[in-house]
Amino acid sequence: MSKSKAEHIRHLMATEGDAIGENTRGFNAGRYESVAKLEDYEGLKDRARAIKEDAIENLPALIEEVRETVEANGGTVYVADDAADANRYVREVCDDADADRLVKSKSMTSEEIEVNEALEAAGVDVVETDLGEWVLQVAEEAPSHIVAPAIHKSREEIARLFNAHFDPEAELESAAELTAFARERLGDLIADADVGMTGANFVTADSGTIALVTSEGNARKTVTVPETQIAVAGVEKIVPTVEDLQPFIELIGRSGTGQDITSYVSLFTPPLDSPTVDFDEPTEPLADDGSDREFHLVLIDNGRLSMREDDDLRETLYCIRCSACANTCANFQSVGGHAFGGETYSGGIATGWEAGVHGLDSAAAFNDLCTGCSRCVPACPVGIDIPWINTVVRDRINGGEDLPREFLVDGLTPDAESDGPGVQKRLFGNVETLAKLGSAFAPVSNWVANSTPAAAVLERVAGVARERTFPAFQQTTLVEWMRERDAVPPVSPDRKVVLYPDLYTNYMLVDRGKAAVRALEALGVEVLVPEAPGSGRAPLSQGMIDTARQQAEGVAEVLGPYLEEGYDVVVIEPSDVAMFRSDYERLLPDAEAERLADNSYEILEYVYGLLSNGAEAEALATTDGESVAYHSHCQQRTLGLEPYSIETMEACGYEVTTTDAECCGMAGSFGYKQQYYELSMDVGESLETQLEAAEADQIVASGTSCTDQIGDLLDDEPPHVIELLAPETETR
Amino acid sequence: MTQATPTADGYDRFAAVAGEYGIEPKRVPPDEVAETIDELATQPAVGTPLPWDGVTLPESVTAEPTMGALEEASTGVTAASFAVASYGSLVLETDHAGSEPVSLFNDLHIAVVREDDIVPDMAAAIDRLGDDLRAGRSSAVIATGPSATADMGALVQGAHGPRRVEVLVVT
Repeated sequence: MSKSKAEHIRHLMATEGDAIGENTRGFNAGRYESVAKLEDYEGLKDRARAIKEDAIENLPALIEEVRETVEANGGTVYVADDAADANRYVREVCDDADADRLVKSKSMTSEEIEVNEALEAAGVDVVETDLGEWVLQVAEEAPSHIVAPAIHKSREEIARLFNAHFDPEAELESAAELTAFARERLGDLIADADVGMTGANFVTADSGTIALVTSEGNARKTVTVPETQIAVAGVEKIVPTVEDLQPFIELIGRSGTGQDITSYVSLFTPPLDSPTVDFDEPTEPLADDGSDREFHLVLIDNGRLSMREDDDLRETLYCIRCSACANTCANFQSVGGHAFGGETYSGGIATGWEAGVHGLDSAAAFNDLCTGCSRCVPACPVGIDIPWINTVVRDRINGGEDLPREFLVDGLTPDAESDGPGVQKRLFGNVETLAKLGSAFAPVSNWVANSTPAAAVLERVAGVARERTFPAFQQTTLVEWMRERDAVPPVSPDRKVVLYPDLYTNYMLVDRGKAAVRALEALGVEVLVPEAPGSGRAPLSQGMIDTARQQAEGVAEVLGPYLEEGYDVVVIEPSDVAMFRSDYERLLPDAEAERLADNSYEILEYVYGLLSNGAEAEALATTDGESVAYHSHCQQRTLGLEPYSIETMEACGYEVTTTDAECCGMAGSFGYKQQYYELSMDVGESLETQLEAAEADQIVASGTSCTDQIGDLLDDEPPHVIELLAPETETR
Repeated sequence: MTQATPTADGYDRFAAVAGEYGIEPKRVPPDEVAETIDELATQPAVGTPLPWDGVTLPESVTAEPTMGALEEASTGVTAASFAVASYGSLVLETDHAGSEPVSLFNDLHIAVVREDDIVPDMAAAIDRLGDDLRAGRSSAVIATGPSATADMGALVQGAHGPRRVEVLVVT
């Protein structure tokens, strides 16, 4: 199937991966450090989110207000329907100004409309003045990151490029030399420019101010020097008032490159009341009122007003293009925006932008790279549910795909899906069917699935990487074991728990299920394990939303009566905890989703709660200072549940070292897919390094994917935390 | 409108944070501003008016510069409207005299700000800017440290804007 995609990714990892990885991990670490200095980070994010929600809700009125304000200031506003419309208007402005050269500061929106190409076709010399953008203009390459566009190029590569292209008197080598060379050369080009074009990070409706967040000073020069200024901005950049800028100014640099604030936050209210600069007239006084200036604000629709009407894509419009979702993404850290991006935008939120402005085809090219690990969600300064947008777009892409007719997966076709996702998606999306069959025919099914011929067939037909071994199905499921064991229910239990038999625990990792039962019972809890359907995580991750919803409804039906009876729901698999606590609000009626979310707990979170309420850690398997290296699960971290595992292990006497790799790289079925296998292992590499560096007596993890991946990386599959802590024998 | 409380706390905090960006603010009384600028400036130097009583540019700084003088200059001297303590930032406002280009084009920018005009945080800063910007065609730049870039493979101070910034805080 996607051999070319695997090759493309392999090539990018080899050529750009190191530079991308170093830079994005640096930005990501900087973000954690910088936001930690804020007194009320979450409060600022909430305000930023509320401002954007309100602005997009009132967008038509705000566009009119901006028009009035900017016109009152002496500028003009043009609302362009699409790229062609915007480019036509910009060309006209350049014609009227008799422009030979237009200088630009960095603007993703201008890349979206491809204004450079449109102007160059009209004979206007376009010069990018942001140093990174200029490097790419010289190299004729596309940005690999929305904030740091040349992040994939090393200093050595830039030096080679400049020395070959410009043949400078002295060879350029250091970053300082390269910067000085660029400053001088671009300074001359700016001095002779007729028009300056900027984007806009924000536009305030009450004052007509264009806020530009930069560090180099090129945007200031671009605006100050020429008489004619054009600002190109998506309509979604408008906020109601100057005061609304505050949370964004405090969040944008921290969220993106990990800077508390960038060198310059320019708040320009054009036409500027400041003199233009003309070094060709050296005897002219500088001082002037700027009355020779003209200003054009070009607001771009290009699909945005339709996105505003789309309940699932609307949130994309809240995006402030900070790049946190790219920097925090383990896959992005390995491949960068040349793989994890569409025609213009890159990173997690790019799926929403590309689907909205360029169409599903552009989003389809990279949407699979979002594994739904959710680490971008707490990083996003406006709290966009980026994984959900990726899931929805995947679902829409699936709907447009032809139905494959492979006998192997006929039984796996989800009835609820109106159209066909591909064979690979259906295989992984219907892992429940596979698990039931596998368990029924274990151990034969295990030998077959991992035999060489079967692995080859699976790779050819369904794109399952032959390097991976399938988890072993168990003959006796957890539910069956519970039903058949001799245990007397406690007479007056402290708490009553229904332990959700997630697919992995029930069919494959039955031991961790038994451990959970032993641990809970040892702490005085009554435990039931009823038969229940899969959570819907697997189909959801493949963009099969209807199937996921059906499964969610099935889960709610099974667990509902227990909730009525006052049982707590305890879940071992973190990705299923995330379903119950977060994703179900999209899949189930509000009241039902809320009840399940409020009453479900991750297993170690629950054990921690029991210990905090008087249960004795002594009832568990304790140690005196044995060391443990612990890798928490991505979605578990996003829910803020990692500390419970750590604290509980510590309460039991373990010394715990944790990893800070955002994701193990397996991410559900992602690492099983042939086209992503190498990427998955590349992402796993940083985890492997950290786990080995910890030199701990034991390695433990929480998620099935994580234990699978660590098993493949280290040739030894680590246990779940509860297996470490559960007493060896049953107490009842 | 929030007014800053003129306390040493405001100055100390501002100086400490600005220090993280390589700026060491100097606290000077009004009658020593000209002399201090003269000592700090590398020649040739240009400047725009300092709008406070008893605070002046030294003779060595060309006031009311021509385009040519701006291009040739090594130092630009301007006033800053106010400073933001928690970010170590200066707020530079645009004007007819050309403070925006004078603060931007030269290797060294010397900014002069009154101690009374140090506000504690960004909320106070934006509060103070709101009415100004709404008054029409008024612009401001929140400047923190010198211009910088990491686009050439390592962090370099001095991209398109000044390489170095000196701040005089007038007591």
